[in-house]
Amino acid sequence: MATTAVQEIDNTSNDPTKRPTLVTGGLDFNGVTETVCRVAEAPSAPKSWYFLLVIAVAALLNLFVWVGYLITTGTGVWGLNNPVGWGWAIVNFVFWVGIGHAGTLISAILFLFRQKWRTSINRFAEAMTIFAVMCAGLFPGIHVGRVWVVYWMFPIPNYLNMWPQFRSPLLWDVFAVSTYATVSILFWYVGMIPDLATFRDRAKDKIRKFAYGLLSLGWKGSSRNWANYEWAYLLLAALATPLVLSVHSIVSFDFAVSQLPGWHTTIFPPYFVAGAIFSGFAMVISLAVPARKMFHLENIITLRHLDIMNRIILATGSMVGYAYIIEFFIAWYSGNGYESFAFVNRAFGPYAWAYWTMFTCNVIIPQVFWIRWARVTPWFMFIISIFVNIGMWFERFVITITSLSRDFLPANWGYYTPTYVDVLTFVGSFGLFLTLFLLFCRFLPIVAMAEVKATLPDAHVYHPEEDH
Amino acid sequence: MTDQSSGQKKMKLHGLLGEFKDIESILKASAAIRDKGFKKWDTYTPFPVHGIEKAMGIKKSLVPKIVFTCGLIGGIGGLGLQWWTNAVNYPWIVSGKPLFSVPANIPIVFETTVLLAAFGAVFGMIFLNKLPQLYSPLFTSKNFSQGATNDKFFVYIEAQDPKFSPDRTRELLESLNAVTVEEIEEEEHAWSPSLSPKMAWSIGSIVFCLILIPPLYIARAQAKDRTTTRVQLIPDMDQQPRVNAQAASTIFVDGRGMRNYVDGTVPRGGAQTNTGYYTGAENEEWVSNPLPVNRALLERGQNRFDIYCAACHGIDGSGNGPIAIRAKRLREPNWVPPLAMTDSTVLERPDGHLFNTITNGIRNMPAYGDQIHVEDRWAIVAYIRALQKSQHATLQDVPADKREQLREEGQK
Ligand code: HEC
Repeated sequence: MATTAVQEIDNTSNDPTKRPTLVTGGLDFNGVTETVCRVAEAPSAPKSWYFLLVIAVAALLNLFVWVGYLITTGTGVWGLNNPVGWGWAIVNFVFWVGIGHAGTLISAILFLFRQKWRTSINRFAEAMTIFAVMCAGLFPGIHVGRVWVVYWMFPIPNYLNMWPQFRSPLLWDVFAVSTYATVSILFWYVGMIPDLATFRDRAKDKIRKFAYGLLSLGWKGSSRNWANYEWAYLLLAALATPLVLSVHSIVSFDFAVSQLPGWHTTIFPPYFVAGAIFSGFAMVISLAVPARKMFHLENIITLRHLDIMNRIILATGSMVGYAYIIEFFIAWYSGNGYESFAFVNRAFGPYAWAYWTMFTCNVIIPQVFWIRWARVTPWFMFIISIFVNIGMWFERFVITITSLSRDFLPANWGYYTPTYVDVLTFVGSFGLFLTLFLLFCRFLPIVAMAEVKATLPDAHVYHPEEDH
Repeated sequence: MTDQSSGQKKMKLHGLLGEFKDIESILKASAAIRDKGFKKWDTYTPFPVHGIEKAMGIKKSLVPKIVFTCGLIGGIGGLGLQWWTNAVNYPWIVSGKPLFSVPANIPIVFETTVLLAAFGAVFGMIFLNKLPQLYSPLFTSKNFSQGATNDKFFVYIEAQDPKFSPDRTRELLESLNAVTVEEIEEEEHAWSPSLSPKMAWSIGSIVFCLILIPPLYIARAQAKDRTTTRVQLIPDMDQQPRVNAQAASTIFVDGRGMRNYVDGTVPRGGAQTNTGYYTGAENEEWVSNPLPVNRALLERGQNRFDIYCAACHGIDGSGNGPIAIRAKRLREPNWVPPLAMTDSTVLERPDGHLFNTITNGIRNMPAYGDQIHVEDRWAIVAYIRALQKSQHATLQDVPADKREQLREEGQK
């Protein structure tokens, strides 16, 4: 493994006379293969990887403990009580689902728009999506209290003829999130088949040969197979695009379809989707900046990629800021006393500290990305991305808790505080996420090699057979 | 893997593998081979090469059609599922909407459409590509396994192609600027070194069937009528342990399921030893009001009477409460008018009898014992007496010193 640090190359210029290179360092086909494969083939991973893995696994074990405690004891171990029956579990669910949007967005939507730069980061972001959706699925799953009957949420024939209530947004959510998880995994896996075949062909020992051989299904790169494959991939992208937009819209219906002031607003679906993309891209930055350093991928995940993602963070962050402000306008314009109260209470009530944390982290701080230096300086953008993650968690907290804690009857009002079990379970979900992510980095192709190769200059030739 | 030189194995030629140096040359070669009329041949590239379908003459993929069909099935299936479950099999009214209310069904229809279409795309692609195909003679070529998924471009022509001839096909490949041409061999009566696909499939399907047995058994056990306790995967308090009357129990030291009364336990109502106070009668004799009659008691009685009795008997107890008036107006044939409190029957009733009338009702009058406390019932009785006096008194009832005053006031 080449341990020499890779020189950062600034390929962010937008000179219209030159096509910017997406892959730097003059990598050819074999160079791409080598750069990506050595991450998984190095006899031992970087020290920092082991260090992080130990932390992540510890946090994961901690998750098992608190989920076990919850299941054996009941949801009373959380801070839930009247009037706040949706506490951290739902906040965390929406937080993780939101993060899980960037992957498919990068993979599917940018694929349809033929944004070639996506190829360096899509695999990575898709993996992040899948692991985030797993963390998301965990929370409503354990929040139901009696986890051993969660299968009641699915239409399974039974002798009581009891079926799910198909007109409830919560059930739409079950379908949306599980469909999203399934399609994301399929999309990820299908994209990975050719790269797994590369791993198989380079494998030295029996176990790797067998495992990658099985996973790659015997892919050989036949053009007849590629023809079907490309269609399948294109159509998956076309299906995943509306899907990714629908998922967070449906998550927002959990709130918007109810009657509570502060929830019952039509702005929720687009606002949630923008927020999801915002938080998802922030998470991609939080993961990509350390990962490219750790695995020496600076030539593949280049500054240009980071620059573009930061622009998207800036754009979506501003959309979210717009939504925050327009909510106040509508609350005033509606002339509805309950609605106005809900928002005034958000900004100046007992949870004002949470509201202003959210506002600062999501709206004010990302504005530094107007400055080019901030967009191309990895350590700096890493810090900003952490702020965005914090801010987006608080957004969900503010929405869920402020409305519930101040409902129509003042006699019902209350102040919600989580218990240590809430906090440690949330920490544990990061353990789950990071453990899976670190294992992915070490054992699976973390960059879509076949796709990156197809974007290299060598992959395009003029051929007389075809007239464009 | 390259040299199968054990001698015993008889090898036969499977095909010719030509390596090409870049995309341009492989596109040209493909077009030429296509034009020569070869059928059983393929090219292998590390990434999808733009334009190669045309150069090779590959027909348009069937994947889109499969995806469309699956999506259609998913959409119709999703709608049908919601219709059948919520409107037919177990009709369920939600928020006063019709049983089959399409707008609320759209999100799920969308999700099932996407889900099935995605399955169609993935499994359709896998099926059309005849994957998984864990063994291929091509893997015996070192050059192929190291290059095909990395940076090399190959053309492979199978020996089974009618146009194939070992020498002329080799010449053809060389004339198309192949960098190398390699013979790929395969054992005669090919019994592949790894699991052959056929065997893998049959083992796979047997395992699949075996896996199905337990859930099917459980499903049957759940659905079948049976006299013994149902097999319960998740007990969920459907069957709860309990002690039957007179049965033994291991919980208590004495081994008896039923427990003795705690010392001092009395049956319901058993603590009310003062029967006159609680029933209005003592030793088959009506009692008189046991409570001391004072202003507070009378006011309490008035308050209760106005709430519970005045609706029928009237505020003044004359029997003209709003219910009675209305019943009269409607000429209700079954209506029995409530008696006036000044009726001679009521005047003659002892206190205990009035108390009993309130507690248990009388003839057509319903019972109020459940609504009105014992003290309040006695308070009402005291108040009834006051009502009677107020409307049915003689001068003799007035204290002697007040009679003069009354007479004077009456003359004014
Ligand atoms: C639903 C209307 C209704 C209400 C309320 C009602 N009564 Fe009566 N009451 C009647 C009727 C009707 C009779 C006559 C029953 C009959 O002759 O069959 C009656 C009869 C009586 C009698 C005469 C019973 C007798 O000795 O023959 C008394 C005393 C009396 N009510 C007291 C009360 C008192 C005290 C209350 C309030 C606690 C009360 N009633 C509330 C309908 C009512």
